[in-house]
Amino acid sequence: MAKAFQKVYTKISQITKATCSLKAKGVGYDELATINGKLAQVVKIAGDDITLQVFEGTGGIPTNAEVVFLGKAPSLKVSDQLAGRFFNAYGQPIDGGPEIEGKEVEIGGPSVNPVRRKQPSELIATGIAGIDLNNTLVSGQKIPFFADPDQPFNEVMAMVALRAKADKIILGGMGMTNDDYYFFRNTFSNAGALDRIISFMNTTEDPAVERLLIPDMALAAAEYFAVEKHEKVLVLLTDMTLYADSLSIVSNRMDQIPSKDSMPGSLYSDLAKIYEKAVQLPESAGGGSITIIAVTTLSGGDITHAVPDNTGYITEGQLYLRRDSDVGKVIIDPFRSLSRLKQLVAGKKTRKDHSQVMNAAIRLYSDAANAKTKLENGFDLTDYDNRCLDFAKDYSKKLLAIDVDLDTTEMLDVTWTLFQKYFKLEEVNIKKEFTDIYWK
Amino acid sequence: MTNGTVKGVIANMVTLEVDGPVSQGEICYIKTGGDRLMAEVIKVVGADVYVQVFESTRGLKVGATADFTGHLLEVKLAPGMLSKNFDGLQNDLDKMEGVFLKRGQYTNPLDEDRIWDFEPLVKVGDTVQASDWLGKVEENCQPLKIMAPFQMEGTATVKQIATAGQYKITDTIAVLEKENGEEVYVDMIQHWPVKFALTNYKQKPRPFKLLETGVRTIDTFNPIVEGGTGFIPGPFGTGKTVLQHAISKQAEADIVIIAACGERANEVVEIFTEFPELVDPHTGRKLMERTIIIANTSNMPVAAREASVYTAMTMAEYYRSMGLRVLLMADSTSRWAQALREMSNRMEELPGPDAFPMDLSALISNFYGRAGYVYLNNGEVGSITFIGTVSPAGGNLKEPVTESTKKVARCFYALEQERADKKRYPAVNPIDSYSKYLEYPEFADYISKQINDEWIPKVLALKTRMQRGKEIAEQINILGDDGVPVDYHETFWKSEVIDFVILQQDAFDEIDAVTSLERQEDILNLVTEICEVDFKFDNFLDVVDCFKKLINLCKQMNYSEFKSAQYNDCVAQIKAMIEPFKVA
Repeated sequence: MAKAFQKVYTKISQITKATCSLKAKGVGYDELATINGKLAQVVKIAGDDITLQVFEGTGGIPTNAEVVFLGKAPSLKVSDQLAGRFFNAYGQPIDGGPEIEGKEVEIGGPSVNPVRRKQPSELIATGIAGIDLNNTLVSGQKIPFFADPDQPFNEVMAMVALRAKADKIILGGMGMTNDDYYFFRNTFSNAGALDRIISFMNTTEDPAVERLLIPDMALAAAEYFAVEKHEKVLVLLTDMTLYADSLSIVSNRMDQIPSKDSMPGSLYSDLAKIYEKAVQLPESAGGGSITIIAVTTLSGGDITHAVPDNTGYITEGQLYLRRDSDVGKVIIDPFRSLSRLKQLVAGKKTRKDHSQVMNAAIRLYSDAANAKTKLENGFDLTDYDNRCLDFAKDYSKKLLAIDVDLDTTEMLDVTWTLFQKYFKLEEVNIKKEFTDIYWK
Repeated sequence: MTNGTVKGVIANMVTLEVDGPVSQGEICYIKTGGDRLMAEVIKVVGADVYVQVFESTRGLKVGATADFTGHLLEVKLAPGMLSKNFDGLQNDLDKMEGVFLKRGQYTNPLDEDRIWDFEPLVKVGDTVQASDWLGKVEENCQPLKIMAPFQMEGTATVKQIATAGQYKITDTIAVLEKENGEEVYVDMIQHWPVKFALTNYKQKPRPFKLLETGVRTIDTFNPIVEGGTGFIPGPFGTGKTVLQHAISKQAEADIVIIAACGERANEVVEIFTEFPELVDPHTGRKLMERTIIIANTSNMPVAAREASVYTAMTMAEYYRSMGLRVLLMADSTSRWAQALREMSNRMEELPGPDAFPMDLSALISNFYGRAGYVYLNNGEVGSITFIGTVSPAGGNLKEPVTESTKKVARCFYALEQERADKKRYPAVNPIDSYSKYLEYPEFADYISKQINDEWIPKVLALKTRMQRGKEIAEQINILGDDGVPVDYHETFWKSEVIDFVILQQDAFDEIDAVTSLERQEDILNLVTEICEVDFKFDNFLDVVDCFKKLINLCKQMNYSEFKSAQYNDCVAQIKAMIEPFKVA
């Protein structure tokens, strides 16, 4: 293991559940080391005292373990050979295939200079109206699903990934169950998309702290394909809440003062470093892009928890799933879901009435929610209230449900049909310019 | 100069052992590999100096050396900064090489080769003091002043002054002789440490001049003034950024400085992309020409994020000293506070509320205190209007950053989740939000002269109606539509008219996005007229029908060109609808 010129240390002075400390010289910050073959990273230097974070935990490490410093930060070998392969958190193959040959790049590298970015403007069509119509995705965007653990977010994400027509799909699984891992593998394989997929997996069976490497590994691979190969890359990260949990474990072991919800004070920066890797490069830099779709699981729908809260401030919108008991389907919740980049394509890459139709429909859907509250409180409903309720059911079934597969023009036409079925012209509040054309 | 040696590293906090004096806040450069990493002193304990490094410390080793520079974090100020994109430490981002930012790459914020047409404003023998105008140059149609050095103490006599002609910013344009006979050579470049306020003015009175933003919920309902302060707190997804961009596009200011502090890179890209195309509604020139962007996006090093807001404020003070009206927007001050928290945490300071440092409140109020409307020493006026956004954790306004900001900022634009969910944009809560300036007699005088003396009473009346409308909505929710008198419905729907017609505004519609003051006056009068009519309905369904029609007409009016045939037609239809009731 140790090369000839590397010094081997054998005297560990302190061991906690996640860290080891020892005296060593000439060690660089962030550098990797192995402790009896287990991978670790330098997290603190105080004179000769070095503290190492051991990714797979310190269980079984003796005080006389062999410690070797590798002189480099965590890295990944990148080349076209990555395509179609499955890796662990260290970037080692777990599919029985050969090691990757290629250029070694440090993961977690610097960010793109903002002035070298291009404004995202390419629509990503998913066929799901709850997304394409109300929360249009754009290449170079970063957006998470906010979902309770029992909701079918992995299924929706896989569907979006396959329909999105990306050149590469990179899946970063953090604390993923073995079942979900196989679900993704089978879904992509059945769709004949396996050669476009690259996976970095940390399953529930793997040590929790290893997860911290997954997003950086996935994004290092994404940057290779987007920057050097000019490809459209879609990165799926699931589940970022489990990633954040690992951050809090490490900061706790390092005696840092926790801020909200026991999360480290640096949570915002830690998450931003990952999500901000999403980028649309200009034509002059090859025109590649990295789009990130992530999953942040919630506890009982609570979005004020530090993880979803910080995520919401970083990402360009969020998508919520909700089971609509009126129609018995899972829908994309139109109230709280948001795509911040939608106005870059809505009405520009889609039909001109897109924004107005979308807003009017959501406003009427919100009137239906008010009517529902009235109904539940035992009040009489007006004719308008009843029409709103009927509209809401139809709208939910024909457009918001995740099993919808339409193109955006069809979605708009369906919405106009619903407007005319249930409402009077003045009730929809849409610019005359559009009602003249589409109100038949 | 003092030298140091690295003793310890935890993330971006580095301990150095030094061989000489250092001052708190002094800048040093640590050498690692081939890179020089900029860092700032934040704590001194004996011979150990703690510095925060503005870059990643990956690979940094014990024994690496550092040189101290002898100065604090400062900016270089000179003509040529407009329409540029800087990072939080004032590096010119466009001058950097490659797609990715490189560690240790520092670029000159100024163009030393550019030639300027200089005109002197003083003559030999004149007495001047720090910040006095010595000459002027023009950049993007803005008259910029070349000033006596900000740091100069006492008065000095002009010994030489350059004649009108072409000069570079590094050329000496004046020689001043101080009282003690010392000669000061003046070029066009000023240096100033960013964490100190530039107080080179005579007086800072209460601000009173309306700053037109074209956003109705601000101008009509809760106006901000030149030299005023305001803040926009709101949960994510409630339209903070859209509102802030709208203000920076439309506000009647000479210079707009946008500090993107720990926010999304794509939002900055939106400014880079759109501002060079958009036209300033007040001057007809491109928006970018009056704009400076300080981009320290969320993935850039956290210590530089803290510096970025100060860099932006110091630039604003530079332009204010020239008698210009500056609008400074910082998005978001919460990210700045979080940067302070991360550092405080690494220094193992005892934490204050929510683990923020104890002096957070003092830092925020000092920062807001640097804004203001000022009379300069030569009698001219200048202003910095500051609007910051706050991103409260979990949307809960009872958190340290919001609370500390509320104590100092005079305008409060509370963005509300519920309004955003209903797509009532801008989602500024009409009842909780306020502008203290509405209560200033100076402001009332100004408005009476500029518009008319009915404006403020009308606005206050509409505010009361909004409040009443909200109370009635709650009662209807409890008692049901039939459980309240019909005139309650009328009052409620009148508040809806105010909401839909004045408060809600489509930031993405070419016409509705910006409303001139004249047009706002027209709308205010029309809505007041509607609200003052006694409709005498028999049944609440008629109320709903009638007001929905009215609102629809008013919306079409808002989408029409001001005073166009379509606009006039809408107004006529509205008047026709309310006229019969007025007679009765």
